[in-house]
Amino acid sequence: MSPRTLTIVLFLLFVLATLAITVWASRQTRSAADFYAGGRQFSAFQNGMAIGGDYMSAASFLGIAGIIALNGYDGFLYSIGFLVAWLVALLLVAELLRNAGRYTMADVLAFRMRQIPVRTAAAVSTVTVSVFYLLAQMVGAGALVALLLGITPNSTFLGMDANTAKVATIVMVGALMIVYVVVGGMKGTTYVQIVKAFMLMIGAAVMTVLVFAAFKFNLSSLLGDAAATSGKGDAFLNPGTVYGKEVASATQTFYNKMDLLSLGIALVLGTAGLPHILIRFYTVPTAKIARKSVLWAIGIIGTFYLFTLALGFGAAALVGANAIKAQNPGGNTAAPQLAQELGRRFFGGELGGTAFLAVIAAVAFATILAVVAGLTLASSSSLSHDFYAAVVKKGTATERQEVTVARISAFAIGAVSIVLGILARDLNVAFLVALAFAVAASGNLPAILYSLFWKRFTTRGATWAIYGGLTTAVLLVLFSPIVSGTPTSMFKTLDFDWFPLSNPGIISIPAGFFFGWLGTVLSREKADEGKYAEMEVRALTGAGAH
Amino acid sequence: MASDPYRDMQSTPEFGALRKALRGFVFPMTAAFFLWYLLYVVLSAYARDFMSIKLIGNINVALVFGLLQFVTTFLIAWLYARFAGRKLDPIADELRAKVENGGTR
Repeated sequence: MSPRTLTIVLFLLFVLATLAITVWASRQTRSAADFYAGGRQFSAFQNGMAIGGDYMSAASFLGIAGIIALNGYDGFLYSIGFLVAWLVALLLVAELLRNAGRYTMADVLAFRMRQIPVRTAAAVSTVTVSVFYLLAQMVGAGALVALLLGITPNSTFLGMDANTAKVATIVMVGALMIVYVVVGGMKGTTYVQIVKAFMLMIGAAVMTVLVFAAFKFNLSSLLGDAAATSGKGDAFLNPGTVYGKEVASATQTFYNKMDLLSLGIALVLGTAGLPHILIRFYTVPTAKIARKSVLWAIGIIGTFYLFTLALGFGAAALVGANAIKAQNPGGNTAAPQLAQELGRRFFGGELGGTAFLAVIAAVAFATILAVVAGLTLASSSSLSHDFYAAVVKKGTATERQEVTVARISAFAIGAVSIVLGILARDLNVAFLVALAFAVAASGNLPAILYSLFWKRFTTRGATWAIYGGLTTAVLLVLFSPIVSGTPTSMFKTLDFDWFPLSNPGIISIPAGFFFGWLGTVLSREKADEGKYAEMEVRALTGAGAH
Repeated sequence: MASDPYRDMQSTPEFGALRKALRGFVFPMTAAFFLWYLLYVVLSAYARDFMSIKLIGNINVALVFGLLQFVTTFLIAWLYARFAGRKLDPIADELRAKVENGGTR
């Protein structure tokens, strides 16, 4: 059996298993709480795994391993930021949100505010963040398929060339995520994420053990070989090969270093503002279990990022930068290529290599599917619960109508993402993940923290924080070198880049907090003290929690 | 005028103590891990000579510093869970029962 056939067979098995779970979950999904929050019956471990499944995207698995494989140490910065970020969620957000809210992020933001403006703002920001993230995953899936199935520029697969295969993959990923969400709701999506997290953790763990075995469990010699093979020498093991690069121009060096700080801050503050992560806290019965599920998630995600470190350096040492770049200049195939090499060494030559490559490629596809399903669910929940039920129907919608609209929204979000994904399939949209984190940190996080902890916070403060943070982040990226002005920009021939950093966080996050403060002090209306009392008591004690 | 159980609860000294205990732990801890993380990022950007000092074999300060961020994250998570379980949950459960059984009247 060729590797691509095996990959496809394994992937189809995953799809069939998850579709079976989805159909089963749909039979258990009756109320709005079932659809939005999976019936709030998941255990701490299940939700911890699902959080991991939602969070460990293809960008984490393939992207970080690739950055480390090609550039060394700098890829580790991402892992650290993505992990430390969970402390914000654990200490400041998870339990209070679980106690005070029901289905969406906006339940907490709008708790003591005027519903229509705040829920509209929350829906806008939820859909924006989720669609940015979604697009990055879908375009990533399209780019990966040719590589993972080994379709070279001149060959075809089932009569498809690389470009057709890309489009077909985007359509297939989109269609599957629509089915998971529309049919299975939160229950189905959660199980898909749990299954994927198991597969990814086992796959990454086996690879890590094999990498260490190849170096007789000596970390220092793994690093030494990686540095030697990279051709970069010791610099490969030090920060500074990609982020905060020192160049001839002092101004540019300054910008590069600011860019690194900006990225670091957005990574650590973004997670607790990502709507698809926040809604996971509603799937457990109590705030205590929400806390325990975040502890599980921290353990799982932390372990996973330690694995990616080994995978990245392992790929650098065992596969080599030249072989990786020949497959994919961005390094996205480093992990699958490493699997092939490890299979060759440990599982009996070519056949073992082929088989292990196929397994890891299938895991990578499963990873993408679980993440996009979570994103679609978050945006459709917000469109239905925040926009349709609260803004359009002004609270008169029945549960049944809400769930129907959520399903229609999931279908619409999925369809729009497929179209945008196909249009953007040849653009480098990896920056969209960083942008999603920046928007979440700049707009959502200030609004959430002020809502939970600042008594005087008002409706105007909430909307200004969200729109202000979101707009600042998006505008700065629009005028950054990512979009225009350099040979690596999205639009190479245009030139309107006056903002020198690729990461807006260092400006847009303080801006979001500032706008939230400004809107509040400029409000004519006073904060509703009675509602704040209710929210605070509920958030801290769990009284009246759904 | 009927009294509002939530406002009544919010003004009790017990609730004030719960709020103080929660904030007294999470705010300083958040500041601590954020500054500790920021120190790591700033050193990565500006103290490259320091970060590249080799400690054992090819294992350098940068790697150890990065791994320490993992250690402190796990540690803070564990400390918080222990603190919340011992100091917050018992009070929160008690106050919740009071609110749900018709306020503190």
